[in-house]
Amino acid sequence: MIYDVVILGGGPAGLAAAVEAKNAGAENVLILERDRELGGILNQCIHNGFGLHTFNEELTGPEYAERYIDQVIALNIPYLLNTMVLDLHDNGALKSIHMINEENGYLIIEARAVILTMGCRERTSGAIGIPGYRPSGVFTAGTAQRFINMEGYLPGKEVVILGSGDIGLIMARRMTLEGAHVQAVCELMPYSNGLVRNIVQCLDDYNIPLKLSHTITFIHGKDRLEGVTIAKVDEKLKVIPKTEEFIPCDTLLLSVGLIPENEITRNAGIVIDNRTNGAIVGELRQTSMPGVFACGNVVHVHDLVDFVSEEAVLAGKGAVNYINGDLASEITFTTSNGDGIGYVVPQQVAIKNVADKVTFYMRVRQVFQDQVVNAYIGDQLIATKKEPKLLPAEMINFNITKDVLAQYPAGEIRFVVEEAR
Amino acid sequence: MMKKELTCIVCPIGCQLTIAEKAAGAYDVTGHTCKRGPQYAINEMTNPTRVIPTTVVIKNAMLPRLPVKTAEPIPKGQIFDAMAIINQVVVEAPIKTGDVVVKDLLGLGIDVVATRTMDKN
Repeated sequence: MIYDVVILGGGPAGLAAAVEAKNAGAENVLILERDRELGGILNQCIHNGFGLHTFNEELTGPEYAERYIDQVIALNIPYLLNTMVLDLHDNGALKSIHMINEENGYLIIEARAVILTMGCRERTSGAIGIPGYRPSGVFTAGTAQRFINMEGYLPGKEVVILGSGDIGLIMARRMTLEGAHVQAVCELMPYSNGLVRNIVQCLDDYNIPLKLSHTITFIHGKDRLEGVTIAKVDEKLKVIPKTEEFIPCDTLLLSVGLIPENEITRNAGIVIDNRTNGAIVGELRQTSMPGVFACGNVVHVHDLVDFVSEEAVLAGKGAVNYINGDLASEITFTTSNGDGIGYVVPQQVAIKNVADKVTFYMRVRQVFQDQVVNAYIGDQLIATKKEPKLLPAEMINFNITKDVLAQYPAGEIRFVVEEAR
Repeated sequence: MMKKELTCIVCPIGCQLTIAEKAAGAYDVTGHTCKRGPQYAINEMTNPTRVIPTTVVIKNAMLPRLPVKTAEPIPKGQIFDAMAIINQVVVEAPIKTGDVVVKDLLGLGIDVVATRTMDKN
């Protein structure tokens, strides 16, 4: 059988994309998932705070996942679990997907359209190269989260956390609730990479100190972790001599960034943006390979799952438009990140595919106060986004209407942080 | 006089608020940049509450832990008392989202409910 749409990953992006593709008219949709169940990372994110935008209520991760899993089941969308996709090939009108699972062995299937929803993975201690020993007791925050929330193991009792990403903050509270003692969260930057509400409700609530401009300079312990040396850093992120301090601990959690998981994407020859580490995508999340779409954390790391679902709806629509021959390929606009902006998604816009507006997602490079984000085409200011405070941890959603964009034949939309006029 | 410093979480700005009790039940809030700030500060001062998401032991399911939460926010000061009770709970699969695993937690009139469905293995 030739599938209409095959979705690589059954996490929040894949589930929402599958539901949208089916609702938009794709008949044969298939989800491929390497884990033993659908839901992806949401299954281990048992804390609340999900769904405020999508469902107007505060859900936990598993509850948010279940809302979509229920829809997938109600729509009779088939899925394969414990299935690892190895390769994606472009054969013109059809894509072939190579995969393995225990039941079928090596399997090749064909699809008219493919949606990439592989998500992201955590940076590890190897990736940041902390000096010292390599004892047990060093975990990424997400691994510890899975151990505690799904497997029922507490990784340790005396904890230091490096990095103030949201998972690190959430785990500081989680470990405290389960009886561990979290001594400190160290953050290299002078600001946190987590959401304000997580700093307040995960650290302040439990009197856990957040040490900004601090890093770990040595890991102690040959078999089990015995402690870490922390030190202050200057504005160039260089360690300030004589500020070292030894903290005894048996557990170190790392929350030092997420990397979109794009091995399949790269091997397929799809063009990657080195700012996002995800595929370069258009307004309906089409990639450089016709018929292949991408959405969610595999494109760029989101802070709220609600926006992952929103992006997945675009990809689902795009895939169906493509199969129906209704997807315009002529690119009218490209986007670029000017002063203060780290990246912009989508990187391309084909105006013919736009219904009423384009939502541009972006992140600032540092904290800005009393500034705005301006969008320019050439010298022309076309739109302004006002935020009282711009934080790298909070993704910006910048809507530009089709009416505004349609005034320009083509060009580059440049986003910059500037003084409010 | 009671005085407290806190970070507002109503929006991402994260204003640093200071709240002081002028007289019984009358509060003075400073540091906010919108009108929602004072209300947040007063709630945090007089009756801070939180939803507690955690897990309980589950038998005969695919996983050994079932995620649960308090169906409503509970007083912040009773979080660890709540955890002591929730940590003793053992349930059997199958469980559906919303099933009550602890009724009337700490006499607060608030239940602890399952946050996912887990079938029998």
